[in-house]
Amino acid sequence: MKNDIVLAGVGGQGILTIAAIIGQAALKAGLNVKQSEVHGMAQRGGAVLAHLRLSDAPIHSDLISQGTADIVLAVEPMEALRQADALAPQGVVLANSRPVQNIGDYPDLETILAALRAYPRHVVIDADGMAQEAGSSRAMNMVMLGAISPFIDVPANYMTDVIEATFARKGAEMVAVNFKAFEVGRAAGLAIA
Amino acid sequence: MLQKLLLGDEALAQGALDAGLSGCYAYPGTPSTEILEYIQTSSEAEERKVHREWSSNEKVAMEEALGMSFAGKRAMVCMKHVGMNVAADGFVNSAVTGTVGGLLVVAADDPSMHSSQNEQDSRFYSQFAMIPCLEPASQQEAYDMAAYAFRLSESLEEPILMRLTTRLSHSRANVTTGKAQPENGLNPPNAKPGRFVLLPGIAKRNYEKLCAKQQTMVDSSDASPFNRLEEGTENRYGIIASGIGYNYVQEAFGGKCPYPILKISQYPLPTRLLSRLLERCDQIMVVEEGMPFIEQQLRGPLNPTGNIHGRLSGDLPRTGELTPRHVAEAFKLPVPNTTPLSPLVKVRPPRLCDGCPHVDSYKALNAAIADRPGANVFGDIGCYTLGALPPFSAISSCVDMGASISMAKGAADAGIAPAIAVIGDSTFTHSGMTGILDAVWENSPITVLIVDNGTTGMTGGQASINNGRLEDICKGLGVAPEHVRIITPLPKNHEENVKVLLEEIDYQGLSIVISRRECIQTLRRKARK
Repeated sequence: MKNDIVLAGVGGQGILTIAAIIGQAALKAGLNVKQSEVHGMAQRGGAVLAHLRLSDAPIHSDLISQGTADIVLAVEPMEALRQADALAPQGVVLANSRPVQNIGDYPDLETILAALRAYPRHVVIDADGMAQEAGSSRAMNMVMLGAISPFIDVPANYMTDVIEATFARKGAEMVAVNFKAFEVGRAAGLAIA
Repeated sequence: MLQKLLLGDEALAQGALDAGLSGCYAYPGTPSTEILEYIQTSSEAEERKVHREWSSNEKVAMEEALGMSFAGKRAMVCMKHVGMNVAADGFVNSAVTGTVGGLLVVAADDPSMHSSQNEQDSRFYSQFAMIPCLEPASQQEAYDMAAYAFRLSESLEEPILMRLTTRLSHSRANVTTGKAQPENGLNPPNAKPGRFVLLPGIAKRNYEKLCAKQQTMVDSSDASPFNRLEEGTENRYGIIASGIGYNYVQEAFGGKCPYPILKISQYPLPTRLLSRLLERCDQIMVVEEGMPFIEQQLRGPLNPTGNIHGRLSGDLPRTGELTPRHVAEAFKLPVPNTTPLSPLVKVRPPRLCDGCPHVDSYKALNAAIADRPGANVFGDIGCYTLGALPPFSAISSCVDMGASISMAKGAADAGIAPAIAVIGDSTFTHSGMTGILDAVWENSPITVLIVDNGTTGMTGGQASINNGRLEDICKGLGVAPEHVRIITPLPKNHEENVKVLLEEIDYQGLSIVISRRECIQTLRRKARK
């Protein structure tokens, strides 16, 4: 098996948190992991990108080639479209529909969302709104993590274990909010998985 | 035996700790920063009191590490590739003095210039200094190579350069760690070798010894556990793949490459392994990340038979990072079709954070020079380099650490008026202070705006080691105290800040304006704690 995942977003949105939780859970599941990140200048409010590869066989490259990714997960809709080139023909687009409009010429949102919905396998959700309902808009990443969970070969309870370990020091309530965010995201993902 | 998910930088750091490291020295720089950061947060390093503070610049770090090696202990010095230019004096001469305790010099290259001003390839530095270079292909190799490098350094009595690249430094993978070894003891004082005194008579002898070691270094590369010739089933091509280029070859062929592959992770080039490949293959494809270091050595200036392929021949792109796709295309393997980027996708460049003090500094500066049409603003390296982009479009240069001040002075010498430098607090203590001395000596009519956010911001908020004493440092360097001014970059102070800047810009001598407010990122991080 292999899961090649391209993660995209805007600097500061925290795509590396998603990648780190999947990575830790995959390590626990005995899988090989390679996760390439971007640090430094690009992190300052610009477009950011991470490649995450999981496999039960050795993984050679830290980078995923264009046209071969199984999943593009984006926490921002225009950034999903920016990485769409990475996707294999039957690949899945998972995108947060909530835009980060920190540039002057941000295109029409509905046109972007329509372009994302044109992919045969897509989950386009208001992850910010769903997180807010779950108890905290800061749990947006956990909604997206939940949404990707049915598509990757790592047991969901391994991921929730890592979520618990990650948020434990912030208290039981914070863990519960993140669990809830994960669950609503997972339900959205399962709808097309 | 423990398996962890580590960045290449972290794997190397853990490897060095497990190999009996006594001190790590570094100045932050992408993509090398996480090496020392890992050691700073390591409980083992804490227990053992491994040296792990930031240094003021890469040259200082290099010399501190050499001092620790002189004392017999294992030391590591880490920097980004352009940091090698700063450290070069000490680095090249450390090969002439030789070392005592193992000395590992780590340069993290940034091909594609994700966060850099050029894509220089540090392997050339190892050739220049005539010492071995290690180039790991995986995070596991980065871990394993640390102990190997210290042993190699101690057996050759020479420093070892390790070259990392962005995609290894900043990629995580499973790493199996081993047992920790004890640190070296202190070199007894009566054993201090005279070879560290590079007077011409001694330096000449040392240099001859260094030349005499070259064959030993080649032999070591031929016997290296990190270099190997993998047999193929077809000899139409022979592949030389170095560092992470090896991974891209394996990826492109799905792990089933039909051609022999010479994997290179230790230099100088292993001549016996290389001969075996060249004897059996007509055409050679060199797959290397960065500049055409191996390819250039193999083809020479003429490449008479045209059989050496790579970045110079055009089979692979001349610039930028490699990808598995580049390798697949070079071998004419099928690759998926790509779709052009949707016109809906707009450029989203990096920008200064909301609430960043630099925003208010640039607003004040732009207002101050609005009716000074002759003004030129020389920038420097840091978050504030983003002041070059709209909406500020405030600076007209960014070259190297400290260049803002020296370039402003040179431009003022030529008649540019007013000439203004913008430099961060950490960059100032890295390489700005010496430029100030020249400007003091000549009382050059320049204004230096030190944007003091109390941290090394661009690389993630590392310590800036001026201890909040920038004004004292400037006065100590000889700047007239009445022309060392301090402003607080906040919207409510805008008018006042413009006034102070104008007074100093119009002063016909050296003036310094320290614009001081804490980085919004470090402030937030403290608030969360």
